[in-house]
Amino acid sequence: MDMPAPDPSVIARKARIISRLRAVLPADAVIDAPEELRAYECDALTAYRCPPLAAVLPRTTEEVSAVLRVCWEEGVPVVPRGSGTSLAGGAMPTADSVILGVARMNAVLETDYENRFIRVQSGRTNLSVSGAVEAERFFYAPDPSSQLACAIAGNIAMNSGGAHCLKYGVTTNNLLGVTLVKMDGTVVTLGGPWGEPAGLDLLGVVCGSEGQLGVVTEAWLRILPKPEGARPVLVGFNSNEVAGACVSDIIKAGILPVAIEFMDRPCIRATEAFAKAGYPDCEALLIIEVEGSEAEISEQLGRIKQIARAHDPVEFREAADEDQAKRIWLGRKSAFGAMGQINDYMCLDGTIPVSSLPFVLKRIGEMSRDFGLDVGNVFHAGDGNMHPLILFNANKPGDLEKCEAFGAEILKLCVEVGGCLTGEHGVGIEKRDLMAVQFAPADMEAQMRVKDVFDPKWLLNPAKVFPLATTATRRAG
Amino acid sequence: MRPTTEAELAEAVAGATGPLLVRGGGTRTLGHAVGEVLETGGLSGVEVYEPGALTLVVRAGTPVAEVDRALACERQRLAFEVPDLRGLLGREGVSTIGGVVATNASGPRRVQVGACRDACLGVRFVDGTGTVVKNGGRVMKNVTGYDLVKLMAGSRGTLGVLSEVSFKVQALPEAEATLVVEGLGDEAGLAALRVALGSPFDVSGAARHSGRSLIRVEGMAGSVAYRVGQLRARVGGEVTVVEAETSAALWREVRDVVPLMGKPGEVWRIATLPTAAAGIVAQLEAEALWDWGGGLIWALLDPGHGAEVAAAVAGRGHATLVKGEGGPVFPPEAPEVAALVAGVKAKFDPRGILNRGMMG
Repeated sequence: MDMPAPDPSVIARKARIISRLRAVLPADAVIDAPEELRAYECDALTAYRCPPLAAVLPRTTEEVSAVLRVCWEEGVPVVPRGSGTSLAGGAMPTADSVILGVARMNAVLETDYENRFIRVQSGRTNLSVSGAVEAERFFYAPDPSSQLACAIAGNIAMNSGGAHCLKYGVTTNNLLGVTLVKMDGTVVTLGGPWGEPAGLDLLGVVCGSEGQLGVVTEAWLRILPKPEGARPVLVGFNSNEVAGACVSDIIKAGILPVAIEFMDRPCIRATEAFAKAGYPDCEALLIIEVEGSEAEISEQLGRIKQIARAHDPVEFREAADEDQAKRIWLGRKSAFGAMGQINDYMCLDGTIPVSSLPFVLKRIGEMSRDFGLDVGNVFHAGDGNMHPLILFNANKPGDLEKCEAFGAEILKLCVEVGGCLTGEHGVGIEKRDLMAVQFAPADMEAQMRVKDVFDPKWLLNPAKVFPLATTATRRAG
Repeated sequence: MRPTTEAELAEAVAGATGPLLVRGGGTRTLGHAVGEVLETGGLSGVEVYEPGALTLVVRAGTPVAEVDRALACERQRLAFEVPDLRGLLGREGVSTIGGVVATNASGPRRVQVGACRDACLGVRFVDGTGTVVKNGGRVMKNVTGYDLVKLMAGSRGTLGVLSEVSFKVQALPEAEATLVVEGLGDEAGLAALRVALGSPFDVSGAARHSGRSLIRVEGMAGSVAYRVGQLRARVGGEVTVVEAETSAALWREVRDVVPLMGKPGEVWRIATLPTAAAGIVAQLEAEALWDWGGGLIWALLDPGHGAEVAAAVAGRGHATLVKGEGGPVFPPEAPEVAALVAGVKAKFDPRGILNRGMMG
């Protein structure tokens, strides 16, 4: 993975830069010892590593502003970091960059149940936002699978989704406002607890901008009253096509499950071997979850059963109690871990129109044979967000490169059928060089112009999202 | 000018020698922009409609009525409930889908499904230099590159002229019912809406006008009946329940601000916190329609009350003058936000020709 060569003039000024950072931050908030910096050399895309020049862990918006001001004056690139769970290398540093971690900024600033919002510092983890309002029977809807660890800051940067976004939307649909610090240290408030933009929806473009427009330090988030209950069913099919058709029919019928998850045979088998959830041995299975009161759940599941029956499923498994419901989810939730037991894997994240599902799965199967690498598919079927898991052996020379080439082909296929490169993980460094597959030069130019406005020197997370060659002149300042 | 293809639209913008007034049907234009009229009504028609994927791709000049008809054939709809403001604003003409997106026009169901911008999956537009740009796509989850879709929604044609929009659409529910709550004052009547919205009963509309609070639920018949029962027990007041078309008619009135239609005075659209909603209206002594559980106020006032409105909403929302003389029409931005807005506009429309002066 190419990264820009570090700026020698920044490296040469390291001591001065660190002393300026120490001057504006408490002593424990600046990290420059090599052994401690190792913790920041990568995020969850662990194949690539590079220690940063320094890492800072501010506690307030004012401290973030002071840090950015110093870095702006010194011309030092800054890589914002939430919890470091990006699968796309969104928080990958360069040797001349300062990592700005928001992990210590995790306070709840305000909860307002009548107006249904919470205001938090951005380093707070996703799950602990829900945790803060749980006693009042509220929750924060976006639920990426890393929700135990991932920070709201990273969720906003990547516009994170989750299994339940079919009903509740992704981060951008649940974000009301932010406090943002621009690279020059200016503090800006965008949006607010009322949610409706006053003029241009700048909040809408900040969400999902991968930390390139500013550092979000605080956020107003919409909270929702918890449903009375939820229950999954498991439906097994003898072909991917039929499972796909069943998903389409459920959606068309106007039933809105909170989640429709899909697993294919390689994934089912791996999961069974690992988690022993008791899944049927079939080509494809769906896990469909609905919410409401007992009566409402029964009403929806009855309708789903009727639709599924028309597709001749090999199994329709209902959960009689909480324990059985857990077992239905067990395999799905263990899927990534199960694949990881077999081998190293790369998790992709393209989205396709739901109607293209059977075709895309068939093509992925063919490509798997061509590349000689196994792949399992597990994904959010209701919204077409796929997560093919390509298995490879990191210790075998050339295997990672082969895996990456295979992944790139799958993502190109997603774009070809009318989809996109990434549904919820973000571009980061991982898919940066594929952007030209989806976007014409003018499309990327329009996006980069927004960055020109927020960060004219291109110092914030500069080597991400766009192909390096495309951003070279801008990054050179 | 009335281009009929995206290429013609791009040519028209590139070749413009002065300011352009971008117009769909002109049914919801606000502000004081001037220029040669550039109509988008010639860019019309559905491009892709996949009911099974809940996605619709449509050219920006397509009449809203045509979109509604196409969706109704498959028992689907735009979830965000497009307001028809012709009656309120005293306009004629054919509302286009591009105008809806350009103004982020969102109706009562916003409390449940989000605004117009939340239903927009992708856009194509021509920027102020005449360059065609696409962003987003036609899939429901897409974080590839920056989200210019949200930026374009509500930008009122000041960043570019929309040529095509993709939407996430919604299946029509089997049933709907509205609780009509009477006998409560404004404070208590609005508190009842907050109780409903804070309950797990998935309310899809919460409004108040003419001394009545309205609470809507939609979905499968059994579920609607259950939730009506649960809500009735919680909201207080004297409750009657109406269903089907009677219920739908009530929400068209809210959506289109019918109670304030044809009355003299100026109309302000105020976004605020639900708990501040009764107080703001009392302070202004306005006739009002509250939507979004109080988060949106349509307020009718005698002309010339801009300063009072601004004072009443300061620190707890913002107000737009939708009907009336004078200005400013749009709320002022903080200086550091205004600088970003000006910067973005200068990048997308360097000559400053698109709807010049519209958003202040």
